[in-house]
Amino acid sequence: MDLITTPLHDAFAPVAISYVLAAMGLNIHYGYTGLLNFGQAAFAAAGSYAMAVTIVSFGVPFIPAILLGLAASVVLSLVMGVPTLRLRADYLAIVTIAVAEILRLLFSTSFKKYFHARDGVSGFTGTFRSWNPFKDMEGTFLSFSANDLWVMVVGWIIVALVSTLVFLLMRSPWGRVLKSIREDEDAVRSLGKNVYGYKMQALVLGGMIGAMGGFVGALGLASVQPDTFNTDFTFIAFTMLILGGAARVLSPAVGAVLFWGVLSFMSVALSELSDIVPGDLLDSNRIGNIRFAVVGLVLMLLMIYRPQGLFGDRKEIAIDAR
Amino acid sequence: MPNRQTPSRGILARPLAAVVALGAFLALFVLAGPASPASAACDGTAIPKTMSGVLVNSADDGAPVPGVAITVTNCDGVEFEGETDESGAFTIDFEAGIGPVTVALDPETLPDGVDMRDGASTTNTLTGSLTELNTTFLIGPDGRNVETKWDRVAGLVYSGLLFGLILAMAALGLSMVFGTTGLTNFAHGELVTFGAMAAFFVSTGIPLPFTDNDISLPFIWAVPAVVVLALGFGWLQNTVLWQPLRKRGVGLIAAMIVSIGLQFFLRNVYAYLTGSRTETYQDYYTPQGKDAFGLFTYTDRDIAIAVTCIVVLTVVLLVLQFTRIGRATRAVSDNPALAAATGINVDRVISLVWIVGTALAALSGVFLGFTLGVTYQIGQLVLLLLFAACCVGGLGSVWGALLGALIIGVLIDLSTLVIPSDLKNAGALLLLIVILLVRPQGLLGRRERVG
Amino acid sequence: MPADRDEPTLDKTTLDKAPLDKAPSHRAATDGKAGLAGLAGLSTDPGVAKPDPILVATGMTRTFGGLKAVDVAHLEIQRGVITALIGPNGAGKTTFFNLLTGFDRPDAGERWFNGRSLKRVSASRVARLGMVRTFQLTKVLSKLTVLENMRLGATGQLGEKMWAGWLPFLWRDQEKEVTGRARELLTRFKLDTKEDDFAGALSGGQRKLLEMARALMVGPELVMLDEPMAGVNPALKQSLLGHVKSLREEGMTVLFVEHDMDMVRDISDWVVVMAQGQIIAEGPPDAVMADQRVIDAYLGAHHDVDITELDPEVVALEVEAEIGAEHGSTGASTTEELER
Repeated sequence: MDLITTPLHDAFAPVAISYVLAAMGLNIHYGYTGLLNFGQAAFAAAGSYAMAVTIVSFGVPFIPAILLGLAASVVLSLVMGVPTLRLRADYLAIVTIAVAEILRLLFSTSFKKYFHARDGVSGFTGTFRSWNPFKDMEGTFLSFSANDLWVMVVGWIIVALVSTLVFLLMRSPWGRVLKSIREDEDAVRSLGKNVYGYKMQALVLGGMIGAMGGFVGALGLASVQPDTFNTDFTFIAFTMLILGGAARVLSPAVGAVLFWGVLSFMSVALSELSDIVPGDLLDSNRIGNIRFAVVGLVLMLLMIYRPQGLFGDRKEIAIDAR
Repeated sequence: MPNRQTPSRGILARPLAAVVALGAFLALFVLAGPASPASAACDGTAIPKTMSGVLVNSADDGAPVPGVAITVTNCDGVEFEGETDESGAFTIDFEAGIGPVTVALDPETLPDGVDMRDGASTTNTLTGSLTELNTTFLIGPDGRNVETKWDRVAGLVYSGLLFGLILAMAALGLSMVFGTTGLTNFAHGELVTFGAMAAFFVSTGIPLPFTDNDISLPFIWAVPAVVVLALGFGWLQNTVLWQPLRKRGVGLIAAMIVSIGLQFFLRNVYAYLTGSRTETYQDYYTPQGKDAFGLFTYTDRDIAIAVTCIVVLTVVLLVLQFTRIGRATRAVSDNPALAAATGINVDRVISLVWIVGTALAALSGVFLGFTLGVTYQIGQLVLLLLFAACCVGGLGSVWGALLGALIIGVLIDLSTLVIPSDLKNAGALLLLIVILLVRPQGLLGRRERVG
Repeated sequence: MPADRDEPTLDKTTLDKAPLDKAPSHRAATDGKAGLAGLAGLSTDPGVAKPDPILVATGMTRTFGGLKAVDVAHLEIQRGVITALIGPNGAGKTTFFNLLTGFDRPDAGERWFNGRSLKRVSASRVARLGMVRTFQLTKVLSKLTVLENMRLGATGQLGEKMWAGWLPFLWRDQEKEVTGRARELLTRFKLDTKEDDFAGALSGGQRKLLEMARALMVGPELVMLDEPMAGVNPALKQSLLGHVKSLREEGMTVLFVEHDMDMVRDISDWVVVMAQGQIIAEGPPDAVMADQRVIDAYLGAHHDVDITELDPEVVALEVEAEIGAEHGSTGASTTEELER
C-alpha cells in the first residue's frame, strides 16, 4: 500500500506546494519571457528568511512579515536584474546562480544572531497556526497532521490564485509583450516598448511568486534552513516546469505533483528492493542519489526529445531562441 | 548588430541603482527597533532535552572551571538550573517545545581570578529542534596565535596563485567550449570532479570482478592514467550527447538546460559511488612543509602541481597559437560560418575541444582533490568559481580565462583577511557581479561579444 | 493632410490616438510636395544642409576591432520625402541605420530628431518619438498571429501595464479600437485574410508587408526601412513600392537602405551614397547615379578585393554572416567580418 499512499501524500504535501510556486515563478521568467533565472532558490530564501527573521528577532506580526518577505524578493530582483537584463541571456543565468549561492553562504555563516547558521530560524509559525481551523482535530487525516492540512489548504489556495493571475496576465496585452520579447526582443524594441522594463517586471513578479513558495515551505517545515535553498532547489523546480511544459499556466502544478509522486514512488520502491540487494548498495543515501540521477537524466531527455513537456505546445515555446 | 545592445550604456547609473537596491535589501535585515528575543512561547509539546558544555579558562592553559552556576530558560520562560563539575562540564536536563532556548552563566559564581573574556556574552540563545544542545562560554583572554594580517599576505598570495593555476586549466576548457559552441556548460564542474574521483579510485584500487584482488596504480602513474581516462570520457560525452545535439540543431538555451541535467546526473552518480563520503588520496596527502624566505610555507607537492599546471597551460596556449589545429580552433571561436567556408571541419574542431577540455578539467580535479578532498561536491563548489574566472577575464577568451582564474584564486584567499573564510567564495562571486556591472565583456573581452 | 488619404476612417482613429497626434499630417511643411520642393537646387555635396530636416546626424563613428565601420561627418534627411541610402556591400549602411535608431551606440557623434537630441535615448524611446524601423531580415513574431503582431505595434496601451493587464475590463475598449486600426492597415496591405494565421506561416514578401504595417501601428513620422525589397518576389515588389510611396503621400518621411537600383530610381526623391563608412555623395537619383565618385566607389569596391573573394561561396558566406549578425547568435565577430 505504501507504494500508492506515500507518493500521493508527498505529491500534495507542503514541500510540493513550495516547489509548485517556485516553478510558477520560473514559468513567468523562462516560459513566458525567456529569462534564464537559475537562482529561484534565492527568491524563496530571501522571502522566507525575511519573514522568519522579522517575526522571530524583531517581533513583527505575521502579515507585515509576509509583506516584508515579498519586499525582500523585489529588492533581490532589482539586484539581479539591473546588471544583467541588458546583456545576453546566459549572463542572467550566471548572475542569478551566483547571487543564490552568495545568499545561501550568508545565511549559513553570517549574522548568526539572526540567521542561526545551519540550524536555521524557527519559532515563527505561532500566529499562522493560531488561525488553524483544524487545530482541534484528533490524530491525522490521510496521514497529514492538522498543521500540514492547514498549510496545504492555504498553499493550494495560493496556487489557485496565482494561476488565475498568471492566466489573466498572459491573455492581456502585457502578456503579449512578454511572449514577444521571448521570441525577438529587438522587434519589440523597434515598436517602442521598453524591453528592459518589461523584463524587470517579469523578474519581479516571478520572484515574488518564488518567495511565496518560500513562505509555504517554511510554514510547512516550521523552520527556515539555508541548505533548503541550494542550487538543486532551482534545478528541481526547472525540471518540474519542463516536465509539465513551459508557458502553460497549470503545467508547473501538474509537473510538480507528478514529479514528487514519481520521486516518492521510486524512493519507496527502492527501499523495498534494498532488503533483497546485498550490502549497502541501496542504503538511504544511495537511494536518494539514484532518484536524483534519474531526475538529471529525465531533464536531459525531456529537453532533447520533448522540450514542450507533457502538456506544452512545441510551436509556442521558444526554447531555441537565443 | 541590432541584438548587441551596448553594454556600457549608463555605466554610472546602473551600479548606483544596484548599490541603492543592495542597501535597501540589507536594511530589511537590520530593521529598526531593538530585538525582542526569546519571548515567543514554545510551539508544540514540550519534550525532554539536555544542554551541555565545558568551561575552561584559557588564562590557565585550558584548566577546567568548576562550580559555576548555569541556568537554562526554555521558550516558555521556565528555568532549569545546574552547575559545572570538577572537569568544568555541565549537563542540564530540561523540557521545551520548538523555540529558542537561552543559557545563562552567572558571572558571580566564577572562581576568584577567573574572568569572562572581554566582550564575551554570559547569555547564549539557541534555536533549532535538536534534543541534545551544546554551548560554550569564553573565559580568559583570547590565546590564539595572533599574527598580523600582513604576515599572512605572502602565504595567501602563494596559496591563491596555486589555486588559481589549478583553476585555470578547468577554466580554459570551459572557455574553449564556450568560444567554439557558445554553450555555457553547467556540467563542467562535474568534469573536474571526474578527475578527483578517477584519481582516487585508480590510486587506491578498483576491485576486480570475480576475484578478491584490487587493481591500483601508484599516484604518480595514476595522474597520466586519469588524463587518458578523461580524454575517453570527453570523447564519450561528445559522441553520445553533444555531437548528436549539434546535429539536431538544438538551441543554446536548450543545450544549457541539458548541461544542467547532465550535472545533476553525474553528481549523483559520483555521490552513489562514494556513498556521499569525502575520501582522501593515500599518497602525498600530508607532505612536509618547507619554509620560503620566512614568508610562507610550501611543499614539494605544491611545486610539482604548479610545474605541471604551468607546463600544461603553456603547451595548450602554444598549440592554440602556432599549430594548424590551434588556428582552426581560434577561427571557429571567431566565426564558425567563416571557418567552415575556409575548409575547416568545424564539427571536428568542436569535438576535439570537448575532449581536450574534459581532460584539462579532470587534471585540475586531480589536484583539487588534495585541498578539497575527494567528494562529489567538488564540481558544485568549483563551477561558480569557473564562471567567475571566465566572466572576469572575458567569456570565450583563452587568455581571459587564465587571467581570470589567477585573479579569482588570489582574491579568494586574500579575502579571508577581511571576511570569514566560510564566506571566501562569496567574495569571488561578488567580483563576478561587479565586473558584469562595470565591464560586462570582462577584462580581456571585446565589447562586441557581449549583449 | 487627412483629405489625401484613401480611407476616411483612418483619420478618426488617428486623431483619437495620442501618439498619432504628433504625426506629421498636421504640419504645413510636411506636404510631400513642399518637402520635395525644398530639395530643388541643392548642391550634391555630402552633408549638404536641407531646408527642413527631420533627422540630422553629425560626426557619427563606430569602430569594430580597429576598423571604422561608420564615419559620417554630417547628414540631414529632408522631411516629407523618400530618401534612399545606397552603397556597395560592406559600406556600413546597416550599421549606420542601427546607430541612427539607437540599436547600436556610436563611439562618437550626435543626432537630432525633430530638433531633439537623441543622445542616450534608448531604441524603444526613439521609436515612441516617431522614428520607427524595420529590419533587413524581417522580425515578425512568428509565434504570434498576424493580428497579434499588429496589436503589439500600438503604443500607449493601458493593457500593456502590469497592474492593469489582469483586469480585462480596463483595457478591453482600447483593445477593440487597436484591433480596428490594425484591421484597417491589414486591409490596406492586403493581409486581412491572413489575420488569424501565425506570422511564421507568411511568405517572405508578406512578412515585409506585415512588418511595414506593424511599424505604422506605432504612428511614426519617419519610417526607416532596411532593405524592404530583399527576398521579395517580383509580383509583390510593385505593391510594396506603392505602399512606400503612399507613406510619403500621407506626410511621412521615409529613409530606406536598398540594393535594388530600379527601386531606388523609381521611388526615391533623394539618394545618399555610402562607401567604406563615409558618405561620398548625395543628390537626386539620376544625378547621383551619374556621379563619378559613386561609379568609382561601386567599381572600387570590387577592385579592392582579391579575386578569390568574389567566389560564390564567399558571397554565400557573407549572406550567412549577415543572417548571423541579425540573429545575434554567432556574436559580433560576424558583423566585423561583414563590415570589412
